[in-house]
Amino acid sequence: MTGVFDVLGPIMIGPSSSHTAGAVRIGRVARAILGDRVSRARILLHGSFAETYRGHGTDRALVAGLMGYATDDEKIREALEAAVREGLAVSFERADLGPVHPNTALLLLTSPSGRRVEVMGSSVGGGSVVITRINGFAVELTGEYNTLLTIHQDRKGVIAAVTAILAEADINIAFMRVSRQERGATALMLIEVDQPVAVWVLEQIRALGAVEQAMMIEPQ
Amino acid sequence: MGYHSVDELVHLAEEKGVRISDVVLGEEVASSGLAPEEVREKMRRNLAVMREALRKGLSEGTRSASGLVGGGARRLKEREAGKKTLTTDLARVIAGALAVSEVNAAMGRIVAGPTAGSAGVLPGVLLPMAEKFDVGEEALLMSLFTAAGVGKIITEKATVAGAEGGCQAECGSASGMAAAALVELAGGTPRQAAQAMAIALKNLLGLVCDPVAGLVEVPCVKRNAGAAANAVTAAEMALAGIESVIPPDEVIEAMASVGRLLPPQLKETAEGGLAATPTGRRIQRQLMGKEERKG
Repeated sequence: MTGVFDVLGPIMIGPSSSHTAGAVRIGRVARAILGDRVSRARILLHGSFAETYRGHGTDRALVAGLMGYATDDEKIREALEAAVREGLAVSFERADLGPVHPNTALLLLTSPSGRRVEVMGSSVGGGSVVITRINGFAVELTGEYNTLLTIHQDRKGVIAAVTAILAEADINIAFMRVSRQERGATALMLIEVDQPVAVWVLEQIRALGAVEQAMMIEPQ
Repeated sequence: MGYHSVDELVHLAEEKGVRISDVVLGEEVASSGLAPEEVREKMRRNLAVMREALRKGLSEGTRSASGLVGGGARRLKEREAGKKTLTTDLARVIAGALAVSEVNAAMGRIVAGPTAGSAGVLPGVLLPMAEKFDVGEEALLMSLFTAAGVGKIITEKATVAGAEGGCQAECGSASGMAAAALVELAGGTPRQAAQAMAIALKNLLGLVCDPVAGLVEVPCVKRNAGAAANAVTAAEMALAGIESVIPPDEVIEAMASVGRLLPPQLKETAEGGLAATPTGRRIQRQLMGKEERKG
């Protein structure tokens, strides 16, 4: 159901909810997926993002999101200059990312410790976003819920073991999706949960032999 | 419970002998589970952002990233201050709508109402008019609930997205919302508020979304000013007891239907209308070239 603040709101930095506010959210979710500060970002812009990014401030908005700014932060306008001051090296390219939503960006991020992640996200209207790829895995992540992300070996019993740990910790699963590149190789799992996953629960999941990475992405 | 048509909304208000805004606030409290004061506080934050955007647009020399728009509100305000404008109230409304739209285009903070592209209409109409009537903070705050309640029905029955319904869905809806709120501010009845919404929306029916280079600048900024003036026109008629022959809910349905009939070239794709004029195309090429050189 529509509420009055869906009609009058959100409070945001203009000029466009899809090209500005949505771009900030793509940046924020991508930063959360990296799980660290971003020191280097190579950003590929597709479709309408590529054609209008400067006029809509999509470049500034993405970088603002990578630095953790909120969608109504007036500093978004000076985000590119702030990035230079904070030692975040950014480059933009126009690219054809294939049959994807017209407002799509691919972000290749590096953390100060050298951790790298590739995140593709689309701004789908009204400031809502969907992350569609993480490190080449097809995903569907809105960044609106607490989400547990695991990268694990694609073999039987791993998913059951992870969900058993969550059940034991009294955490309810709202939505989940598993994606793999080829049978028996690495798989990526996204589990949207109703409660945040505590660090000790994450540690238990990481301790499972087949799990290579487990991290919590907070709502952005 | 709840209201899903303008008819229901007016009926609920008349039945209880209250304003439309009281019904909308009551329903929001019921559906959100928040306390009335919490809901009002959220709206108060919207009002504060609207007020600041208007002040900024009127006093500072705004300029959009592309350089196509900016500074118009200040120019008009100076002319009005020098008593040179054709009208006083309407000039202030037009300047207010320009101010917030120009702040939006210049990457300033605004309230999407109902969208970022039409964000100038509500503050442009309501802030100068509340000042003129000296109605106080409370009445102004409540009038935003009337605007939002009407907007909620338009969102549910039609659309407020330019990509789906053209500019009639963005500036047209904003104009209808502002007209209803203005009638309430001026002491009109719920029925008159609903009629004002219908008249305002009717006058902008069929308005296409044809942004030059795909940016929220040309013609969006000036269309906000036009939609704001249209809201005043509609409210004047409704307050005089003039009614729309086509009832408000049917007008909303007609807007939805016109939106479906509009070809994609006229729904935010920058492929038709002003965007496809020789000048529109030239600006698009220049801006793209600029992006390639800088990017």
